[in-house]
Amino acid sequence: MPSVTLTVNGKKATAEVENRTLLVQLLRENLGLTGTHVGCDTSQCGACVVHVNGVSVKSCTLLAVQAEGADVLTIEGLAKGNDLHPMQAAFRENHGLQCGFCTPGMVMSAVDLANKNKNPSEHEIREWLEGNICRCTGYHNIVKAIKAGAEAMAGGR
Amino acid sequence: MYDFKYQKASSVADAAKVIGGDSEAKLVAGGMTLIPTLKQRLAKPTQLVDLGGIAELKGIKKDGNAIVIGAMTKHVDVANSPEVKSAIPALADLAAHIGDPAVRNRGTIGGSISNNDPAADYPSAVMALNATIVTNKRKIAADDFFKGMFETALGADEIVTAVSFPIPEKAAYMKFPNPASRYAIVGTFVAKTGGNVRVGVTGAGPVVFRWKDAEAALGKSWNADALKSLSVKADGLNSDIHASSEYRAHLVGVMARRAVAKAG
Repeated sequence: MPSVTLTVNGKKATAEVENRTLLVQLLRENLGLTGTHVGCDTSQCGACVVHVNGVSVKSCTLLAVQAEGADVLTIEGLAKGNDLHPMQAAFRENHGLQCGFCTPGMVMSAVDLANKNKNPSEHEIREWLEGNICRCTGYHNIVKAIKAGAEAMAGGR
Repeated sequence: MYDFKYQKASSVADAAKVIGGDSEAKLVAGGMTLIPTLKQRLAKPTQLVDLGGIAELKGIKKDGNAIVIGAMTKHVDVANSPEVKSAIPALADLAAHIGDPAVRNRGTIGGSISNNDPAADYPSAVMALNATIVTNKRKIAADDFFKGMFETALGADEIVTAVSFPIPEKAAYMKFPNPASRYAIVGTFVAKTGGNVRVGVTGAGPVVFRWKDAEAALGKSWNADALKSLSVKADGLNSDIHASSEYRAHLVGVMARRAVAKAG
């Protein structure tokens, strides 16, 4: 069986996987990081978004072996101890979720956007969320949360 | 997903050797189509040869009067490239609207055109800009590259290494996207290069095609109104749950007129 070594949330990790194992399976099943969700499993819903080498990708559409040597950041890696990441705090503050299933992917996508664009407009946020689907309700509070989270990130809070 | 062997190719020659010796082997570029296909068990390759580690396939450069884009260049890098934005803004705009941000962070131009999905965006630009596809063996003109649905002129051990786009005077792309996948239900790329007009249409038929009546009309008068009296026949166009062939035929005209207006 192939062995994959990568950095996940700042720590080196090695896992025995099959060539067909997806990155999301490695994260959830080998490493027990179940914050990354599998929603549609067809690359559309974005519940599985993580960062690979600093940019958002759908971890259900990447083979674990393709991530050999990569630096992976998952939702578990955002908070510092009990201090939520500013984007997580903004989602809580703005009630940017209902059931919470899509939230890990939403937050990881949002952090990628805020890293690239310090002050995204509502339109830019909505366009950015093309690949993240929430089935509870509208996106209104998610968009508000991302705007507030991006501002907080830019302000260094 | 069926299991397969996997290897990272160290060079184009290395990858060509593997796929030349095993007709059931497949190349993986960004994997944005191949991995979903494998997950649905629609393909059962013996092995995957990953092109992701080959540095020579990445990058964008201006070469004379053309923009040359390495096959493994990601959509996000084409969308953000200062060279592409200044020389062919329509191409940067097209790349910026493929799929979604996470897909654009992985998907590549070489993968897109080699896969030749009938609803992919890039083939329309390759056709309209009269691009040249560079492979490890030869150079292929756009008109000779796209053969049919998911079918190209590439030989068994042939790999796209770059695409060279002549810089146009005017160009624009308009698509009517599928609201879920963002694939083009119909996408029309119009371009005027060295006085010649070409119109590439994706999504509408089984394979990208040129709308020659529109090219002739725009050659006489570069104006959206020049297309008003033209129509596309629905015969042979795609028809599915998203749009009938008649609707797609209608959209070709609408997208072409909007593209000409956008190009200015």
